[in-house]
Amino acid sequence: MQKQTKSHSFIFPKTPSGIDGLDEITDGGFPKGRPTLVCGGAGCGKTLLSMQFLIKGITEYNEPGVFMSFEEPSDDLTLNVKSLGFDLEKLKADKKLVVDYVRVERSEIEEAGEYDLDGLFIRLGHAIDSIKATRVVLDTIESLFAGLDNQAILRAELRRLFHWLKTKGVTAIITGERGEATLTRQGLEEYVSDCVIVLDHRVIEQVSTRRMRIVKYRGSTHGTNEYPFLIDEDGISVLPITSLKLNNEVSSDVIPTGVPGLDNMFQGGGFYRGSNILVSGTAGTAKTTVGCYFANKQCENNERVIYFAFEESPQQLVRNMKSIGVDLGKYIKKGNLQIHSSRPSLNGLELHLLTLRKFIKDFKPTTIVIDPISNLINVGSEQEVRSMLVRLIDMLKANNITALFTSLNKQTDNFRPDLAEESVSSLVDTWITVRDMEGIGERNRGIFIVKARGMGHSNQVREFVITNKGIELLDIELGPQGILTGSARKSHLFKKTISDIKLQNEISRKDREIERKRKVLQANIEALRNEFESAEEELSILKATEELQEKLNPKKK
Amino acid sequence: MSNSSDVTKPEKHKFMLFVSGMSVKSGHAIENLRIICDKYLAGNFELEIIDISRDTEQAVIHQIVAIPTLIKIGPAPRRIILGDLSDREKVLQILNLREQI
Repeated sequence: MQKQTKSHSFIFPKTPSGIDGLDEITDGGFPKGRPTLVCGGAGCGKTLLSMQFLIKGITEYNEPGVFMSFEEPSDDLTLNVKSLGFDLEKLKADKKLVVDYVRVERSEIEEAGEYDLDGLFIRLGHAIDSIKATRVVLDTIESLFAGLDNQAILRAELRRLFHWLKTKGVTAIITGERGEATLTRQGLEEYVSDCVIVLDHRVIEQVSTRRMRIVKYRGSTHGTNEYPFLIDEDGISVLPITSLKLNNEVSSDVIPTGVPGLDNMFQGGGFYRGSNILVSGTAGTAKTTVGCYFANKQCENNERVIYFAFEESPQQLVRNMKSIGVDLGKYIKKGNLQIHSSRPSLNGLELHLLTLRKFIKDFKPTTIVIDPISNLINVGSEQEVRSMLVRLIDMLKANNITALFTSLNKQTDNFRPDLAEESVSSLVDTWITVRDMEGIGERNRGIFIVKARGMGHSNQVREFVITNKGIELLDIELGPQGILTGSARKSHLFKKTISDIKLQNEISRKDREIERKRKVLQANIEALRNEFESAEEELSILKATEELQEKLNPKKK
Repeated sequence: MSNSSDVTKPEKHKFMLFVSGMSVKSGHAIENLRIICDKYLAGNFELEIIDISRDTEQAVIHQIVAIPTLIKIGPAPRRIILGDLSDREKVLQILNLREQI
């Protein structure tokens, strides 16, 4: 949105359009008391836009309105907008709305002489006065050109009409068909020059996108870009505008990743609340699983989660996740989780963004998961994708919603990210890559953190396995050539076990040897003692013998 | 408001002329129509002049956009002529009228 720097207190008087998002572009709405020209090709939403302007004016701002239709009879109009939830009959009965169908059938009409459009003026004036209308729609006044011959009169009268509308002080929308070289077929922009809005409906590569652009707006600043808009069951809504400011509130709250072990790879123990997380990887590297784990954990913590699945239906996703022990179904029942599935090619990018926005507005989630964001890239060009993602991320940041995107990489050998990543990587705060690690005839999954803004993180590539109990991050196993994975890890572990056993055996063998040696020692000691004892005994025998001899012949001396 | 007709005869022409207040063109139209009627219909017609600035409902009912507008109701076919009827030849042709003897 372009914000006017108001150096003075004057504010251009505007009438809120009642169209979601349009007031932001126009900085408040249509010029009050002046006519606005809305032009565009067939089926681009002119009638709907003007009808919504009137109806919202009545329901939200209590400003009665007059709808002068030159194309559709009143009954048809009523029926057409009923499908959008607008009840014209009731508004008419409440004297808030007048629908006047002006039919000019060329085949029935002849012209002879001078005339003017007083009839139209009087009818319009009467309608305006009868309900004190402040909003008027003329849809499509160019039909008069088809019905009446005298172009000179018609042009002069139209000029008078717009002037008259201004003096009446009503805010008017005049619709016009898009012309070849001019904005409208009959050059109405000549007469209505205060505000001109062009609607456009184009199809690029079989995907249709509606856009609107404000060509001019006298006396006011306005967004000059082309803004995509959506027509759905709630009428028209214009896309939120790229905010150029990057000053949204940030939170230092940390929320868990849901994957056991992954939390530890972040110094903070998880992601920051309101940050964007990209999980990229090649096919079959369990990106969706990581996403679901995250969603599951958030649900567990009573956060509100929307899961946008562009590859699987909700039922399929729930079933698949059940196989690894994640029960998303119970959170869906509980109302914490919504899963929305659609094919990316269903809509243009912008429409997807608008759809996301609507869901976010309705459900007010604290967390969303988009799986995968790279599928959207098939829909648009790189530039479009980028601009859409910027808007998406801006919107999420503004709402402080934590978002996890998954992104499918092309299988390449090089380490450089491909298009999908490139367009997102600079926008996201945290980037986790899941990778296939191929070698010696097997494929293992590794996870590592490429970046984590504002948080220290592990540099290691951690292997993880998915079992029917879920994801499990394995501890680092270091071998002589670095980190070991898969069977290398297994064989390493095996070798380790074998050597452990060997060592154990060696130790017990040594123990036994010592024991034997001790026994030998003991035996030796015993033998020596015996020897000693026998020597001692011998000695004592000798002594005894000697004593005996002395006793026998003592008198000999 | 309807200012109504003059004479009554069978097979008469019925006209409705929509005018707006005192505008110049409206005046011309009334004048021109009267001349035509007097000259070619010799009183065998019925004319209703409706001032839509006072009787707006009629303008809506009869789908009046331009002023003045002349609607020939009878005899069939129904014709609608816009303008002040100054192009007499054309008007006569449209109304399928010949000078009566």
